[in-house]
Amino acid sequence: MGLRKQYGDFTAVDGIDFAIEPGEAFGFLGPNGAGKSTTMRMIAATSTRSDGRLSVLGFDPESHGPEIRAQLGIVPQADQLDEELRVIDNLIVYGRYFGLPLPYVKRRAEELLEFAQLVEKRKARVDGLSGGMKRRLTIARGLINSPKAMLLDEPTTGLDPQARHVLWDRLFRLKEEGTTLVLTTHYMDEAEQLCDRLVVVDKGRIVAEGSPSALIRQYSTREVLEVRFGSSRNEEAARAIEGIGDRIEVLPDRVLVYDDDGEAAMSAVHERGLQPITSLVRRSSLEDVFLRLTGRSLVE
Amino acid sequence: MTELKPYELLEAPAPRIRGPLRGLYAGNTRSVVARGLQVIAKNNWIVVMTGFFEPVFYLLSMGLGLGALIGSVSFYGADVPYAAYIAPALMAVSAMNGAVYDSTMNVFFKMNFANLYQQMLSTSLGPLDVALGEILLALFRGLLYASGFMVVTTLLGLNLSWTAILAIPAALVIAFAFASFGMAVTSYMKTFQHLDYVYFVMMPMFLLSATFFPIEVYPQGVQWVIQAMPLWHGVDMIRQLTTGLIQPSIGIHLLYFGVMIVLGLWFTTARLKSLFLR
Repeated sequence: MGLRKQYGDFTAVDGIDFAIEPGEAFGFLGPNGAGKSTTMRMIAATSTRSDGRLSVLGFDPESHGPEIRAQLGIVPQADQLDEELRVIDNLIVYGRYFGLPLPYVKRRAEELLEFAQLVEKRKARVDGLSGGMKRRLTIARGLINSPKAMLLDEPTTGLDPQARHVLWDRLFRLKEEGTTLVLTTHYMDEAEQLCDRLVVVDKGRIVAEGSPSALIRQYSTREVLEVRFGSSRNEEAARAIEGIGDRIEVLPDRVLVYDDDGEAAMSAVHERGLQPITSLVRRSSLEDVFLRLTGRSLVE
Repeated sequence: MTELKPYELLEAPAPRIRGPLRGLYAGNTRSVVARGLQVIAKNNWIVVMTGFFEPVFYLLSMGLGLGALIGSVSFYGADVPYAAYIAPALMAVSAMNGAVYDSTMNVFFKMNFANLYQQMLSTSLGPLDVALGEILLALFRGLLYASGFMVVTTLLGLNLSWTAILAIPAALVIAFAFASFGMAVTSYMKTFQHLDYVYFVMMPMFLLSATFFPIEVYPQGVQWVIQAMPLWHGVDMIRQLTTGLIQPSIGIHLLYFGVMIVLGLWFTTARLKSLFLR
């Protein structure tokens, strides 16, 4: 409630309110520097708050850090694996940090290795793993204490498309098993795939909240027509097509026409005698929501 | 993935620490030490061993070589052969080196490059668990060096009394104090160049703390400065034990290190908290 975080003069998180229900997949969506990671760190009790109230699993992170972290799985943005230990030992040693008994941790580590599809890398050195493998190992490690909630900071940033899909599949399974997922992302598709509910964060504030589909319904049209006229002509063409659709958004490389019926908008553009170089009708995404709310695109 | 689990999944036990340490300590220092020992056992044996030889070479060159020219030195009214005079000092240096190498270089790397402490503090461990665990590891290295050195001096017949055996626990105390302080100091370092400052302080301390000659050769003012330094207390304490010339001042030495340990631990915990839990 009214959560704030200040670093000197810089306010990273500027009074945000949110509540995450058990078992849901909750997302913080926003561009880099919006304050997502800082919020995550405060939830994880690895960062103190400057103002406001925060209760995590019924505890105050200020005074009950170890109790809270005992029940969380934390997957930081940059993989922080123990490079001096082998893959399997990363899991076992991490489990011991939670004070879990060694025989249990050994057994659980084997299962998690399977979950992370890393069985054949059991004895491998961590620095030789691919980006996707490292991320899966980090997630498996975060599961060693059977956490009530997983905190995932930008879980697929920097991964190739295939690795991302493997990871989404794993996270989806966790969600099905009832683990609460809290994630930050600046990828629309990720938020749409994984989140039941999300908040859009910009400059340390929450600008919208809801399920991905509700947000799209509320802030955008069903479909979007994307037309390109060449970077020098976009502005000019946008003036010519004014009035078509609900709203028009001019980006440096293309013009977006918001209309529930994209094909109809397309015909209307042609009727005005304009011939775009390329055109595309697609469904609205959270990217459009973000653009609408902040006037900027997410990945700049 | 609805496979039947043949056993119950365990949640991490909630730390049961009350009072002022709550939030800082989870009572699980063991796991930090275990991780360190596992890494040493698998990777770092040779690195660990190199630090041991430095004082041994000093002992051989100065104690045996120079000692033949010097004869004996007076210590609390008794004449002590030169090699037996410097051996305990080198043992104190050895404990100091082990602890300082570990708590500066190794800790610096883990803190700034391996992100190890961030990882540990993402679990139910508290900063005091981490600080204490890492300090105990540094202390373990100090213990290894000191015990190894003890073997060498015993073989050379440089331990003049049975009380020499107490020099090992004494060396542990010295290592503990240096390690807990070293880790706190390391937490301020941002580049490898900063590590050089540590050696800039340790080198003169090593040479001047009554290691190779009694401090009575200095003017009174300089003596006070040296007596304020931790190594002098370590040297004098171990020398009293190996020569058997035990003085009441040994209590002051122990008190000095006790205070240093407590301050260092408190300092390191506070630093870890402000670095990683801010």
